[in-house]
Amino acid sequence: MKQILLGNEAIARGAYEAGVKLVSSYPGTPSTEITESIVQYERIYCEWATNEKVGAEVAVGASIRGARALTCMKHVGVNVAADPLFTASYIGVNGGLVFVAADDPGMHSSQNEQDSRNYARAAKVPMFEPSDSQECKDYLKKAYEISEQYDTPVMLRLHTRVSHSRSVVELEDPQDIVIRPYVKNVDKYVMMPGMAIKRHVIVEDRMVRLAQDSSADIDSVGLHTITIKSQKLGIITAGAAYQYVADALPDASILKLGMIWPLPQDLIRSFASKVDRLVIVEELDPFLETEIKAMGLICEGKSLFTLQGEYSAKMIRTALTGEPNPASVVSQEILPVAPARPPVMCAGCPHKGLFLALSRLRVQVTGDIGCYTLGALPPMAAMDACVCMGASIGMAHGFDKATDGEASTHTVSVIGDSTFMHSGVTNLINAVYNQSRITVVILDNSITGMTGHQQNPTTGLDIRLRSAPSINLEELCRSIGVTSIRILDPVDSRLCQTVIREELEKDTVSVVIARRPCALIPVGKGKKEDRTVVNKDKCTACGSCIRMMCPALTEGPDKKPIIDWDICNACGLCMNLCAFGALTKGGRKS
Amino acid sequence: MTNHVSPPVSPAKTTDKSLESLRMNIALAGVGGQGTLVAGKLLGTVAIKLGLDVKVSEVHGMSQRGGSVITYVRMGSKVFSPIIEAGTADFCLAFEELEALRWSGLLKTSGTMIINSQKIRPLPVLMGKAQYPQEIRSVIESAADGKARIIEIDALAAALTAGSPRAVNMVMLGALSIFTDIPLDYWEESVMEVFAGKPKLIPINLQAFHFGRDLVR
Ligand SMILES: Cc1ncc(C[n+]2csc(CCOP(=O)(O)OP(=O)(O)O)c2C)c(N)n1
Repeated sequence: MKQILLGNEAIARGAYEAGVKLVSSYPGTPSTEITESIVQYERIYCEWATNEKVGAEVAVGASIRGARALTCMKHVGVNVAADPLFTASYIGVNGGLVFVAADDPGMHSSQNEQDSRNYARAAKVPMFEPSDSQECKDYLKKAYEISEQYDTPVMLRLHTRVSHSRSVVELEDPQDIVIRPYVKNVDKYVMMPGMAIKRHVIVEDRMVRLAQDSSADIDSVGLHTITIKSQKLGIITAGAAYQYVADALPDASILKLGMIWPLPQDLIRSFASKVDRLVIVEELDPFLETEIKAMGLICEGKSLFTLQGEYSAKMIRTALTGEPNPASVVSQEILPVAPARPPVMCAGCPHKGLFLALSRLRVQVTGDIGCYTLGALPPMAAMDACVCMGASIGMAHGFDKATDGEASTHTVSVIGDSTFMHSGVTNLINAVYNQSRITVVILDNSITGMTGHQQNPTTGLDIRLRSAPSINLEELCRSIGVTSIRILDPVDSRLCQTVIREELEKDTVSVVIARRPCALIPVGKGKKEDRTVVNKDKCTACGSCIRMMCPALTEGPDKKPIIDWDICNACGLCMNLCAFGALTKGGRKS
Repeated sequence: MTNHVSPPVSPAKTTDKSLESLRMNIALAGVGGQGTLVAGKLLGTVAIKLGLDVKVSEVHGMSQRGGSVITYVRMGSKVFSPIIEAGTADFCLAFEELEALRWSGLLKTSGTMIINSQKIRPLPVLMGKAQYPQEIRSVIESAADGKARIIEIDALAAALTAGSPRAVNMVMLGALSIFTDIPLDYWEESVMEVFAGKPKLIPINLQAFHFGRDLVR
């Protein structure tokens, strides 16, 4: 049977067909839908892990105990999971083990553009790179075979355009889930120097064998395809870039790699010998190019193409053929400029009240990653730094110690509930232990919002939406040793301002928990009858409600607000901001 | 949590050779939350029924928060890149006027653009930092200089009449269907398959689809 699946859904289907027993992941665009769509396969145990390192370690454990296991993450998640990855490479597997890393060239939804292929090389594990949904499923299944056959974790590299494109997939019957017997083997599974020294030899040998077999057996190990057409131009490519090449250069000879690490050197040499000009087309780093040049072959790559962003058929056509690119029938030069449409905090978003308070307080804000990072943009513009998940608290502590505490009188760190559980809590322990004076705001919206609403240890539900124990943030902070803990509703923006000002004055670590559920989840939905109404007589058109930029509240011709009841979530923030009592509850039912 | 269970698609039903040689690039431009993703999924279903290869490229993540979103649908006997290049869209469905302006560069000579007259003002406009351009349809029409078909419909009003503002996407697809050679039953069956998990929504969506057809006939 054929189905049209997202690349990510096809990975999940592949896991089901391959008899995977366990999936443990932390969400991250563009990888999130893999684990979300695992949920439909009831025989697979799946979970949201607290972070990528934890997810990877759970998968390593399941693999040692004999089950096929999977962990999925976005590219920056591999940084977090790198520690178990590098040593899992030494111990190898019992049940097959796959790490999926989803790269985001062009940064559709990421803070950097790193290239995960470097991890396969550095950790000495094989990596496959699919170019459409069918290959997502096929390559994942192959990855499990290779993992068990060569006793190695395998990485699968995805790409936003592969993860988030739908294409046709032929479904097959699932294999049974098999749990292999576990035999204690300290030489293989306990990595102390004495054992690891021996394992390292095995790792290097494995990579040599893989490189040879990948050349020799392109159909059942390497998954490469060779199309010999013109002798003038030969392209080596893989993954999403292959699709652009295939569109742009119908006459070129193409070597499309399936397993992109280790490289099938013999195959590459033989392909190179068949063409006059060899060009490597790969987004981001010159990964293949550097390796192929190191083999002593002459080729071009980044001298023709950029190190940044996504490629396109157009870019390849321009670089390699004299052919003109298609032009739009709508001449763009004479059109007016279309104003940008940046993402905004939703109507009813609990982060808005808190950020309005931070913006009025004019404090320095060390930020973190989540929907609240939008607080860095106008109209709030209340963020000074944002690096990676969990960093907000560490950075504030750094501000504190760099200034002997002076900065802590006017610096606030903000972090979401999911991010706090991911890697904020270890930072908070550090700050308390090292006697910081920082003020931390935990934005507890009861969900992992940014990545599309995944449950986390604070929400009381598991990935299958069954009830689960929930961490009590205030108890957790208290047990760490935080003495000043305040809980408030961020819709009361004035109160936020007062409380944060008080906490900034204290010279110990303070935690403010700003608690209100995300407006897009069921518990965050306001009541229709509580939606805002405008009393035009009381309104002085002062503009303070307009300036907060709620998508439900816009300025009318008389400069007074107009409420869009289809969008208003009845949070009451605008009512709290109005100094004239002109905004009140009372939006009619339905 | 989003529902990532795709319903099974019944196999290709076409025996009509002219449909098998169909090649179409359709761009769906809109604002996060307007239903372009579901429309893309539905077009993918139609393509499978036609026995065609198809790719639907979506945008998730940041852009969902009220940002500009573009979905590309490419179908044909074999499709490589999931992305529609400038000047190669046979159809551009703009779910919002400003997005029509933003993505008009995709349209090819003799292509068709269908614009929903709805206006959703973006942040810079709300903040008074930018102007929402006027007369977008006629501006695009004159920039196309008679070499493409530019149509504007009130898809929101039609969707509301059908029973839900969320059915704007079906109105747009209904309008599109008139300009293609794909028989009506392929479309209707695809609507039913895409909403198979929510059977209550099928009548509203089918009606919205037909309203879309009526608007451009
Ligand atoms: C290491 C790493 N993993 C995953 C992500 C993807 N990601 C960005 S924000 C976020 C979670 C945000 O949730 P939360 O902190 O609860 O804030 P909210 O979006 O709900 O406001 C995730 C998973 C990332 N950027 N980095």
